[in-house]
Amino acid sequence: MIKDRLSGNEAVALAMKSMNMDVMAAFPITPSTEIPQYFSQFVADGATETIFVPVESEHSAMSACIGAQAAGARSCTATSSCGLALMNEVLSVASSLRLPITMCCVTRALTGPINIHNDHSDAMGVRDCGWIQLYAENAQEAYDNYIMAVRIAEDPKALLPVMVCQDGFITSHAVENIILLAEDEIRKFAGFYEPENYLFNSREKVAYGPYDSPVYFMEHKRQQAQAMIDSLEVINAVSQSFGDLTGRYYDLLEAYRAEDADRLLVVLGSTAGTAKQVVDELRKAGEKVGLIKIRAFRPFPVQALVQALGNAKIVAVLDKSEGMSANGGPLFADVCAALGGRGPRLVNYIYGLGGRDVRPLHIKEVFEHLKDDIEGKTPAAKTAANYRYLAVRE
Amino acid sequence: MKHKNVEINEKIGWRDISVAGHITGGGTSKEFHTGDWRNLRPVLVLEKCKQCLLCAPVCPDSSIAVTRGKRQEFDYDHCKGCGICARVCPFDAIYMEKEVVSDD
Repeated sequence: MIKDRLSGNEAVALAMKSMNMDVMAAFPITPSTEIPQYFSQFVADGATETIFVPVESEHSAMSACIGAQAAGARSCTATSSCGLALMNEVLSVASSLRLPITMCCVTRALTGPINIHNDHSDAMGVRDCGWIQLYAENAQEAYDNYIMAVRIAEDPKALLPVMVCQDGFITSHAVENIILLAEDEIRKFAGFYEPENYLFNSREKVAYGPYDSPVYFMEHKRQQAQAMIDSLEVINAVSQSFGDLTGRYYDLLEAYRAEDADRLLVVLGSTAGTAKQVVDELRKAGEKVGLIKIRAFRPFPVQALVQALGNAKIVAVLDKSEGMSANGGPLFADVCAALGGRGPRLVNYIYGLGGRDVRPLHIKEVFEHLKDDIEGKTPAAKTAANYRYLAVRE
Repeated sequence: MKHKNVEINEKIGWRDISVAGHITGGGTSKEFHTGDWRNLRPVLVLEKCKQCLLCAPVCPDSSIAVTRGKRQEFDYDHCKGCGICARVCPFDAIYMEKEVVSDD
């Protein structure tokens, strides 16, 4: 066990180095810039054999990863916000080619208005691109998720690219205590990448990405959808063996003091840390509150969520991005779809956009609203609907 | 087309089709019959043809094969009916007619 203190970016760069990636192709963008920066330092120091490709854009970064991975190399990248948006076209190419590329998405608001701070609009903007998305609460989880991501992606039942999301600045730049694995342990855990088909295989020719006419396209999409369904099991299996190695066990979601709670929150990412403190405080005062932290957003853990929300009277889903659907945020939409109209009442809060601070008092405010909702007290006009805003000036 | 000895054709289901459409082996475009995209069909009038061979190199789909100095019949499995051959023929030995498709 190695104890250290690292930022989320440093921890992910270290995880990438420890796994001895074949190729890293990246273009700097705040707040993910430090990942390729640390990584290129490792390369310059001769601390890794990875080929670092300093590309001219994020579109090129993902394209280089696709080319490298199709050739048979284990490749990775990191990006944020507009960089992820620029990759959008090729993200779907990576997933439909079933290339197990891994990427760290350091979440940041999509412009505009122009803003460099954290929310989830970048990652949510690519949620339908066929990538597995794991969200980390802190630097330790970003590091752990990244190590697991490589095994999840390369599992023959999944064969899908994985995006490891951590919150920009909040997680990526804050230095925390962290427990690291030894390099040889990580390499043993990740194993050797040996794809069934790859372009550099001199013994067998293979065509990657041939034109798919209407008579084949849907079969391939159905097959890809099945891989996403099957990856639920893969994530669980890889997380189990990671837990056996480190003692840190992860599920598709984390239910925190949720069992007998009548009021629950559903969140992604670093907000979970803040919310846990509030839950503890309110629990001490005898209030039955709890928290569900979604770790795997894609694939969406329907069964686990339905089970976890089962006994609550009301659930607030917190969305750190505005889906502009006039019907709530993207996480809310998925939670609603998972429950299909059964179970507890669901309300939605849009919060923390563009780096708006999320403090314990805001989380407390949500729990208070939920109490009013349960008790049938007349809520303030602004919170009468199920689609609400948190900490916005009226 | 084949992928690792599995025949990929229009009857194959999603469980059996090759992952991501991978195809092993080379030269498989020959097996992809693009001829059914055609709505105009080139017809060769052999009596008028002087075997000048101007048509063969302009075909974008290599659908006019030349053997021992003589052009052969059109490869209707791959000809998309663009009509360039009929345009370049100085002897009116190629004309285009409407493709008739049966409803089977």
